[in-house]
Amino acid sequence: MEERAINLEPQVEGPKKKKEWDTKKLLNKFGALLGLLILSTILTVLTPSFLTVDNLMNILRQVSINSLLAMGMLLTIITAGIDLSVGSILAFAIVTGGIVTVTLGLSPILGIATILLVGALAGMINGLLLTKLRLPHPFISTLGTMNVFRGLALIVTAASPIFGFPLMINYIGQESVVGIPISFMLVIVVAIMMHIFLNRTSTGRYIYAIGGNKEAARLSGIPVDRVLVIVYTISGFMAALGGLVLIGRTNSASPIAGLTYELDAIAAVIIGGASFMGGVGTVAGTIIGAMIIAVLRNGLNLIGVSSDLQTVVIGLVIILAVYVDVLRRREKKN
Amino acid sequence: MLLEMKNVSKSFSGIQVLHGINLEVKKGEVHVLLGENGAGKSTIIKILTGAYTKDTGVVKWENKVLDVEKPKDAIDAGIATIYQELNLIPQLSVMENIFLGHEEKVRGKYSLLDRNNMRKKAEELLSRLGQNIDPDEIVGNLGVGQQQLVEIAKALSLNAKLLILDEPTSSLSGKEAEQLLSTIENLRNQGMTFIYISHRLEEIKRIGDRITVLRDGTKIQTVSAKNTSVDEMVTLMVGRVLENKFPKKQFKKGKEGLRVENLKLTSDSPAVNFSAYQGEILGISGLVGAGRTELMRGIFGVDPVISGDVYIFGEKKNIDNPRKAIQEGLAFITEDRKEEGLFLDQSIYFNETIAKLNFVKKNGLISVKSQRNIANKYTQDLKIRPSNIELMAKNLSGGNQQKVVIAKWLFTGARVFIFDEPTRGIDVGAKVEVYNLINSLVEQGSIVIIISSELPEILGMCDRILVMNEGKITGDLMRDEANQENIMKAAIGG
Repeated sequence: MEERAINLEPQVEGPKKKKEWDTKKLLNKFGALLGLLILSTILTVLTPSFLTVDNLMNILRQVSINSLLAMGMLLTIITAGIDLSVGSILAFAIVTGGIVTVTLGLSPILGIATILLVGALAGMINGLLLTKLRLPHPFISTLGTMNVFRGLALIVTAASPIFGFPLMINYIGQESVVGIPISFMLVIVVAIMMHIFLNRTSTGRYIYAIGGNKEAARLSGIPVDRVLVIVYTISGFMAALGGLVLIGRTNSASPIAGLTYELDAIAAVIIGGASFMGGVGTVAGTIIGAMIIAVLRNGLNLIGVSSDLQTVVIGLVIILAVYVDVLRRREKKN
Repeated sequence: MLLEMKNVSKSFSGIQVLHGINLEVKKGEVHVLLGENGAGKSTIIKILTGAYTKDTGVVKWENKVLDVEKPKDAIDAGIATIYQELNLIPQLSVMENIFLGHEEKVRGKYSLLDRNNMRKKAEELLSRLGQNIDPDEIVGNLGVGQQQLVEIAKALSLNAKLLILDEPTSSLSGKEAEQLLSTIENLRNQGMTFIYISHRLEEIKRIGDRITVLRDGTKIQTVSAKNTSVDEMVTLMVGRVLENKFPKKQFKKGKEGLRVENLKLTSDSPAVNFSAYQGEILGISGLVGAGRTELMRGIFGVDPVISGDVYIFGEKKNIDNPRKAIQEGLAFITEDRKEEGLFLDQSIYFNETIAKLNFVKKNGLISVKSQRNIANKYTQDLKIRPSNIELMAKNLSGGNQQKVVIAKWLFTGARVFIFDEPTRGIDVGAKVEVYNLINSLVEQGSIVIIISSELPEILGMCDRILVMNEGKITGDLMRDEANQENIMKAAIGG
């Protein structure tokens, strides 16, 4: 036994092995980024209009909303859940904001607060449905609320969009500072905060723990239900934040805004390396995932590919990204 | 001879678990495999059913060599196994379950199902078992006992010649068990052959024809059930000389650290009372399913309890969830470390600090640096290998995974440690290290409780031993009066 103990810790081999691990880790971490760079290079070669400041800023503007939604989605997916209701929450939140500021003519600050609060509350309802009613899977609870919030958005607006938001609200989605869209700055700030939240707070680490092994989490004294409610509340809040950007981009709040946005958000999270099995996923990966989708759409547009065909390509990219991940995992196992 | 195993051996990563087993099963007998947990019964079964492949030896089936490489080989030969965990699909009907995978068709392979024929055959099979279960009943609506009979009917429909039953009565009520036993007797009288595994000696005495006793992966003897008393069975089972692989240390008995009063898990379960003291290791023995883990889960607040009080160092505590248990200084090192203890896809340092992240915070944020410092310290103290704290938990050996789990609980600052099967599935060297760790916990004044199904471990490490049977404490033995015989007696109900 003693002999084995010594053999197991060869001092010379130690650091060597560590290095090998790090390269693998690096590849894992930056695999999606590599994909984004390759994609951008190809587009730069194919069309001169891709790599221009104007176009790049355009992409940043386009990626903002999905990035925000995807960061919320990321949390739910790390817990091995999902939030199908984000598109509907977005619509319901912004039309409520429209009623407050446009219809009632109240202050834009109150409008912004309303939008964010409605989003957070709607998300919280998702979390409570999951934990209090013990619905078997958030796919079901959020499928339900996806319909409920969409319906509510249509009811309160009588199914017609609200136009004419105050400048202050439009500002976020419309304007740029030193050429960079404010909406993208918002994404960066939120991403940094989200990264710190996930990695440096107890709740953040608990999110990974719950997704990795719910039973072990409970037995380790983690307040599983409370964390799940927080996760879905944040997801709803992020949807509303995305809605705030959308108002500026369209200068309106439509009850049918955000249709199928949940699918783009899920795609960004998965392309970014998160696992549906839970316990895995990063903010950086998610942002890159959102970027890949945006660059792809933008590039295909520039090349003149029809939007119908674009949809096909994006679908294939999702499958490819997950397949690459499967291969990577399989290799790790061997 | 229906089945012969000659000189069959098996080892896992260098550890020999079966030593040249010879086993002969005659046609039309109930052949019992008897032995403690870990004696090699399950390994033999798994070799017969193709879950494992043997290293050496020959298996002869109806006097011809049979090579079972995958489960289907065994089924095709006519060997059917009914496990403790039933392999039925609860949403489907009895008839559909019986014929699952070999459905009767109207005409050829690709034609429609012949439901009438299947129903008729299912009725015949079930009545052969003395049952009038409706073939169209949904399996999920049946009791466990009836479900088991459906599995047997399924085996019969596959023309099984040998039925292997692995602890079939452990999850049955007395009445259901009685029914199963008489069904087995009936089938045996019709010429069916059984390999029967059970810890219930009275039941073995009743239906067994011959008994093969196993110990530490070695066959001890095959005896006739009729001519062997229950006491003789126990002696054969446990009669081993303990090797000195337990680094037992004695400490002075101190304060009462845990007292459980009148704890009732369900309305009809017995009230449990016991105490644990500083300076001693309290062992909890009993057969699988005696309710030991359930009792600890109740104390730790994992599952709700009906009534009862828990005192920690003299103070009454109301613990209704694991979070509270941890706050009150309890630690529960669970039996299944992969399912209940570890975050397999996370690093060692994540696992070790997750239960008390407040201890690694600086200015309100988690400091990865202090997480790493703590993990490095545990790696040294507990000799966790390899010593790379960035490794994912799943990449460690069983023994080192167990050490990571223990580190997680040490980090919570617990004072009462409940170990459920602390050395299950880890190698001998790591076992000794875990025992040494447990010793040092006792030395530091912590309360230590060990649940173990391995009698040598209980006898080797514990100062006092509680024995449980069906949720009751049926024995309370001091170290010097405990032996394998009196523990086993208490474990089978006194």
